[in-house]
Amino acid sequence: MKMPLSALLGLTFTALFFLAAIFADVIAPYPLDLAVGKVWEPPSATYWLGTDTIGRDILSRLIYGGQVTIFVATASSLLAFSLGAILGFTAATQGGLVDQLLSRLVDLMMAIPSLIIALVVLVVLPRSLITLILLMGLLDATRVFRLARAVAMDIAVMDYVEAARLRGERQSWIIFREILPNALSPLVAELGLRFIFAVLFISTLSFLGLGIQPPLADWGGMVQENKDGLIYGKAAALMPALAIAVLAISVNLVADWVLSRTTSLKGGRGG
Amino acid sequence: MDKPLLEIRNLKIEATAYPPGEPPRHVVLVEDVSVSVQKGRVLGLIGESGAGKSTIGLAAMAFGRGGVRLTGGQILLNGRDIRGADVGTLRALRGREVTYVAQSAAAAFNPAKRLMEQVIETTLLHKVMGRTEAEARAVQLFHKLGLPNPETFGQRFPHQVSGGQLQRAMTAMALCPKPELVVFDEPTTALDVTTQIEVLAAIKEAIHDTGVAALYITHDLAVVAQVADDILVLRGGRKIEYGTTDQIINAPQEAYTRALVSVRSIDHVEKPEAPPILSVAGVTARYRGTSFDVLKNVTVDLAPGQTLAVVGESGSGKSTLARVITGLLPATQGRISFAGRVLPPDLASRTRDDLRELQMIYQMADTAMNPRQTVGTIIGRPLEFYFGLKGEARRDRVQDLLDQIEMGKGYIDRYPAELSGGQKQRVCIARALAAKPKLIICDEVTSALDPLVADGILKLLLNLQAQEGVAYLFITHDLATVRAIADRIAVMYRGSVVRYGSKTDVLTPPFDDYTDLLLSSVPEMKLGWLEGVLASRRMESAGN
Repeated sequence: MKMPLSALLGLTFTALFFLAAIFADVIAPYPLDLAVGKVWEPPSATYWLGTDTIGRDILSRLIYGGQVTIFVATASSLLAFSLGAILGFTAATQGGLVDQLLSRLVDLMMAIPSLIIALVVLVVLPRSLITLILLMGLLDATRVFRLARAVAMDIAVMDYVEAARLRGERQSWIIFREILPNALSPLVAELGLRFIFAVLFISTLSFLGLGIQPPLADWGGMVQENKDGLIYGKAAALMPALAIAVLAISVNLVADWVLSRTTSLKGGRGG
Repeated sequence: MDKPLLEIRNLKIEATAYPPGEPPRHVVLVEDVSVSVQKGRVLGLIGESGAGKSTIGLAAMAFGRGGVRLTGGQILLNGRDIRGADVGTLRALRGREVTYVAQSAAAAFNPAKRLMEQVIETTLLHKVMGRTEAEARAVQLFHKLGLPNPETFGQRFPHQVSGGQLQRAMTAMALCPKPELVVFDEPTTALDVTTQIEVLAAIKEAIHDTGVAALYITHDLAVVAQVADDILVLRGGRKIEYGTTDQIINAPQEAYTRALVSVRSIDHVEKPEAPPILSVAGVTARYRGTSFDVLKNVTVDLAPGQTLAVVGESGSGKSTLARVITGLLPATQGRISFAGRVLPPDLASRTRDDLRELQMIYQMADTAMNPRQTVGTIIGRPLEFYFGLKGEARRDRVQDLLDQIEMGKGYIDRYPAELSGGQKQRVCIARALAAKPKLIICDEVTSALDPLVADGILKLLLNLQAQEGVAYLFITHDLATVRAIADRIAVMYRGSVVRYGSKTDVLTPPFDDYTDLLLSSVPEMKLGWLEGVLASRRMESAGN
């Protein structure tokens, strides 16, 4: 099947971002934390994207910042996924009290805005990457739980799941072998979306000063550092903002494509 | 002879198919089909699924479903070619000269509007008559179609009437604008056999009284024999045979037609009574959160290597009985003994051998197989699960089973989506056999299949029974199937067994009222059957 242009673009940009993050040490023209030029220099041949509020190269900081942002976002969305999907499937297949307990707990967590929970937790706990990942993973897991439960509910009533139950299969076989393969496509699409929300969420936290702490760079933090430049017509703050936007759009394009592709796979449920 | 009302000449219908994961493909749905329908005559279109029946039926209104194109031939309605006619012309004739009755009335009615509004809608739209006149005609049609309280019937909402009544209301809707041709697309297929006969009689009478011409589409030759004057037998979009009903039923020329006429002619001699392997004693059950019993004091026995057919219409508790025996729905009272031991009522407390020896085959093979597993995995899993077979040994055994269900090589790595309906059901049978069961519960396993395919499945099941000595609990609403395979029969009605015994006993008079109604409602493949049944019922009720 031919890959549509949108997917190709999305895939290319996503790959570029990830590669840049992985090989940051090789690619970045300047070190992360060295003031190499004057304050807020415009883009030039030496500094492709200009310099920031204390004269550091923005491109280099973007590349290093991407490393942190993408790592935290990936780790937390994977955590959210494993946790949310397994609990969601369990709730759907077990039903009854288990379902009630899990669902009400999730309702409770969803009733409080994520940002508020995050702010409270981050003020109390030590601010480290681990805390961030765990926190965001847990918060996002509630959304994944909802989706996974809904999708699994539809699948759990199929005759083949009943046949597996009648065979005497364990819960784990039913979840991983009967339900998961059929629930994968909506979940993968959701994974893309959750990844984007994770990127935006870290950026938000960093912008508020509670996310990734200096000397590490990250995109949200960079917007915050350079936001004053906007008043003087300096574009420095726009560069990390642009990076966030481009990554968000690219990953979404890929997720869309994955969704449309997996449903039409051999043996797919849709068509 | 008069000029025909509808004449289709060399009709060709094409579509573009979008097979998953492959480039779009051009397919010919119907080719070189010619028919003609005189005023006041009924033409039956018959064939299995995919034969092009509905496509031709809709073509009579020059309509093609999404992506379907009418690419060749002529569709002459009252002498003018309507194929490729402009939208205005088509809009004027659809719902006016030609009307349509769909298979699922429940899905075709708007649940938010009263029946009368919907029945007279097209009539008003085409300005055939005024509202008062249209309503009067609708009431008259309700009366003719035998609907209860015809004066006020139209004031009800679709959910307030039964499926059979809704189907008749749709017939009234189609007849209301005084059309010249009505297309009936499987109008009785979704109905219970006892309801089907009423709807069939009502439709036949209405066609006769209004003098309208009709296309009657169905897959059941016995049904079409009751209403049609002529029959066109279709297969794969091509004409197989076209003739009068009398000729098709009594002197079919083509091999395929002969096969259709003689379907379900399996000879099955019932086996003698023997000590039971399954014994259901006084079982009562209800669903959680409800306050009535769906099964009431059900007692049946089944001997090893024999078949117990459980018969009844939808809602009679047949499938619930299966759920109780398998343990999915624990019985509230009663006892189930199986292979010399008493089965615990709920699934969780049964042993692995309990589960292995009691297998199940479902009505919809599509949903009974995980679409993401290959045939090898589907059949292989019970082998691995119950007998610990792995790798090459497992694959060999799967192939043995595939041979046993007459499918042979080349299927083991296929996905369910790559199998035909009959093959899917065969794979489900193989999965059940893989566990070496003593009893297989077959829940309407042939209902979703075309008659000839269903015949093949029944023959396979009988062969397997002879080879493996497995017992079947066969749930069905189709009495022809019951005659073909049963040793014992239990007739269920509203959760109770109303008649139970050996096949000969159950099918021999004197009957109780319900069994009589059920048995006499099954269409028989002969002309004038419908009239005969209705006449005898009228005599009985007059006699009472």
